[in-house]
Amino acid sequence: MKLFVKQSPRHDATSLWPSFARILLLYLLAGMALSIQPACAGSVATAPAGRPEPAPNVATDAAPSIAPASATVAAIAGDDGMARTTALNALIANPPADAEPIFHALDQGLLYTQTVPVTRLGIADAAGQITDALTHTGTGNTHDATWQVVAINNAIRIKLRPRMDMYDLQSPDAAKRRAATDDLFSARLTPEFLSEIKALEPKITDPSVQANLKKLVASFELNDTNPTVRLAAITSVADALDPEIRAKLANLAQNDTNPTVKATAIKALTAIDSRVAGWQFAQNLVFGLSLGSVLLLAAIGLAITFGVMGVINMAHGEMMMIGAYTTWLLQQLMPTHLTAALFLAIPGAFLAAGMIGMLIERGLIRFLYGRPLETLLATFGLSLMLQQAARIIFTPLNRAVALPEFMSNSWVINPVFAITYNRLYILIFSLTVFLALLILLKHSTFGLRIRAVAQNRAMARACGVHSGWIDALTFGLGSGIAGVAGVALAQITNVGPNLGQSYIVDSFMVVVLGGVGNLWGTLVAAMGVGVLNKFLEPYSGAVLAKVVVLVLVILVIQKRPRGLFPQKGRAAEE
Amino acid sequence: MNRRNFMKTLGATGLSLGFGLKGIEFANAAQGPIKIGILHSLSGTMAISESALKDNMLMLIAEQNAKGGVMGRKLEPVVVDPASNWPLFAEKARELISKEKVSAIFGCWTSVSRKSVLPVVEELNGLLFYPVQFEGEESSRNIFYTGAAPNQQAIPAVDYLMNELGITRWVLAGTDYVYPRTTNKILEAYLKQKGVADEDIMINYTPFGQSDWQSIVSQIKQFGSTGKPTAVVSTINGDANVPFYRELGNQGIKSQDIPVVAFSVGEQELSGIDTKPLVGQLAAWNYFESIKTPANEAYIANWKKFTKNPKNVTNDPMEAEYIAFQMWVKAAEKAKSTDTDKIIEAIVGIEVPNLTGGMAKMLPNHYITKPVYIGEIQANGQFDVVWKSKAEVPGEAWSKYLPGSKDLIADWTPPINCGAYNTVTKKCTGSGS
Repeated sequence: MKLFVKQSPRHDATSLWPSFARILLLYLLAGMALSIQPACAGSVATAPAGRPEPAPNVATDAAPSIAPASATVAAIAGDDGMARTTALNALIANPPADAEPIFHALDQGLLYTQTVPVTRLGIADAAGQITDALTHTGTGNTHDATWQVVAINNAIRIKLRPRMDMYDLQSPDAAKRRAATDDLFSARLTPEFLSEIKALEPKITDPSVQANLKKLVASFELNDTNPTVRLAAITSVADALDPEIRAKLANLAQNDTNPTVKATAIKALTAIDSRVAGWQFAQNLVFGLSLGSVLLLAAIGLAITFGVMGVINMAHGEMMMIGAYTTWLLQQLMPTHLTAALFLAIPGAFLAAGMIGMLIERGLIRFLYGRPLETLLATFGLSLMLQQAARIIFTPLNRAVALPEFMSNSWVINPVFAITYNRLYILIFSLTVFLALLILLKHSTFGLRIRAVAQNRAMARACGVHSGWIDALTFGLGSGIAGVAGVALAQITNVGPNLGQSYIVDSFMVVVLGGVGNLWGTLVAAMGVGVLNKFLEPYSGAVLAKVVVLVLVILVIQKRPRGLFPQKGRAAEE
Repeated sequence: MNRRNFMKTLGATGLSLGFGLKGIEFANAAQGPIKIGILHSLSGTMAISESALKDNMLMLIAEQNAKGGVMGRKLEPVVVDPASNWPLFAEKARELISKEKVSAIFGCWTSVSRKSVLPVVEELNGLLFYPVQFEGEESSRNIFYTGAAPNQQAIPAVDYLMNELGITRWVLAGTDYVYPRTTNKILEAYLKQKGVADEDIMINYTPFGQSDWQSIVSQIKQFGSTGKPTAVVSTINGDANVPFYRELGNQGIKSQDIPVVAFSVGEQELSGIDTKPLVGQLAAWNYFESIKTPANEAYIANWKKFTKNPKNVTNDPMEAEYIAFQMWVKAAEKAKSTDTDKIIEAIVGIEVPNLTGGMAKMLPNHYITKPVYIGEIQANGQFDVVWKSKAEVPGEAWSKYLPGSKDLIADWTPPINCGAYNTVTKKCTGSGS
């Protein structure tokens, strides 16, 4: 993802860089000729036009350039992957002054090489035009077969990352500086970077970046040989929640030779641990609610068909599958508008699944009312048929539903507590669907008729309700909501013929546990099962957590056969 | 030994008698086509992986027929659908051997399906070629394993992470069934032997089709952020992978932070998902579609032409089946017969070129030699090879790292003739002949 977001910085770099690089190079050469070393440090202060100079040690190395046709260029352009990795790693460890645009291009997969007619490096722009990386002259475009993209792999990415962060740290863009410090925490920093960071520290003015850098330096200093430095470092990281710092503190608390440092570390660790425990509780709760919201979405349609109408619909999962495939189809139809496609998919899936649901009711289920066993078998057969139909129409392979940008990534509150956006939106969506359904059933004529037919069919008919159509519409509503659930599920799981199967058992469990015919019961049961599952999972593992939850549900149903919130009144006596 | 020799003689006599009686029928069969059984699920949960292998076999058979068949006889595919139903695999295998009289069966994907076919091919003396990477710890006289054993996939992948990426902390995550459990047992023993401490290994199992990875990914994130380089070795089964990688992406875990190396994610699985969150993650296989050799390019072109879909991809089990088929053809031509016993005798030692520029050799333990590749997932759903083994690695039927199997070897050539021969006690502990 980073590959696509980071387009613009490269343009700044290429436009600003060449002229400045030349000035800097001349300046440095002049400085060296006069053998005035400190001049390098001075050059930073007087450097022109907002472009801070590269890392300090780079400057003192007199910044050799990547000469065209050098061995490095040949190795990067060559066919030997290992040689390429070695050459790039060496370049990253000790970067020449003109390397930054090359690294940027490499990071984004825009670095190209050519071996015929000459061995050289090129940088492509978004339009596919390639500029020679060293001479800055236009040379061709990415469609030329002679230009090959330089493949980047993890070994290189790991090395490249702190280097890129160091460049970003000196960027004129405050947001980028900030992101760089956050990223440096998880980048694998070697101690050499510490001196670079320390040298940069005084130049940074934004407080949040400063604080982050301080924390970063302190986390290095926790391993310092001098106990006073270690002690000071412990105090300055006392309110940090980062697991990296916690691990280092734990090490000090256990192994430090200096008793004062050890005691301070133990104290700091205890304080951090109690705060982490609090956040972890919150995290588990959020995970549980999020799982619960998925269960709620899956079960809520069933709460209508099974709960209100009493139809055991084993093909309920396949209605979700239809909804998910609708999402995929709409994304295929409008590949450039992923977000719009997703929002269109909500009514689309409702209609598609609802129509098919009504068809099933009119064509099959209405002949089987009052015969639950036969309904179960018939709908089970139907679910197999729908699955195989999906295999024939869409092939047995899963279909790729892309996640729109606004649903990717997560909302990071602190290092131990973050909420992923897709889960957050699904939680909101699920509650919205629940409320909408509740209002429809309680406060609309259609809802009134549904309830009337469910409670006393003969009386409803006597009052002029066309009970057959109400049955069809109710079933269509339940199926349509299952289709809407499929839209949400397409964002978190596979879209394939087996999608429905994995949710059908959970859906029935939730509806039965909550009390058949009670929407609020379904809500409580879904959230309860979700939260319980997520609190058990860290201790028992995912497999055992599922087993334990199932056993508990069975026990509850043994004690309360009609579920947690049974329907009361005459209707329940039938 | 005496008793065994006696039984062998008896068996041989019985066999030749049987041949004598069936002589006329046999002569007729020799005129007609040679039947090949294809035992891959075309419906049910496994259709996602197996249906491509069925088409692969049909293509290979059509190509062989275009070259004139085997020993001048045409090949005739017999396709059955075991519908992802394990007992049905056994029934269909029985049907293929007893009723259809196929000369060889190419099929199965999951270990449990192979385990249910095993007694059938042994009882009816059939041939099964099994083309999928699996957990090993098995060797049957009647089965040839052309997919990777753990020492041809899992162990080299761990070595790569350890040596090239400097990983010291390990998450072994898998779906809860036999392949991940056995592989992880082997890997755990291997890591401990390499000096990895208990607290640096986290083992996690999840149910089939797990779609809610929030807590597990958050656990992995915490486990991996103690400052030691951490990697996930994933034996997570097909369908659960999409939500897993999506969750990794959403929780901000990049391939540089905690790389994930997978043993069940290939080109075909990638073709059905949004690859954005997976870019940079690793997979270990013995073949990648992206490996450029003339043989592979021709194979890919044929595949696209045969399936009439330019978007279709090739993958590792397809290559394994390609090798299996070429080996069977060569063995039949060498033995000048399609008789099971003659093929079993002829096939050991046979070498055929694989699609990545090397040679695959059938070993006495019925496993083959394979090169090992580690690839990084690219945005286009293909792999960029970042590491390759120096030479082909011979498959080991029994892992050296498990206490139960470290003394066992399989060797189906005389004098051992045994699938589980204990080198310490010098006894055959499993099925022998």
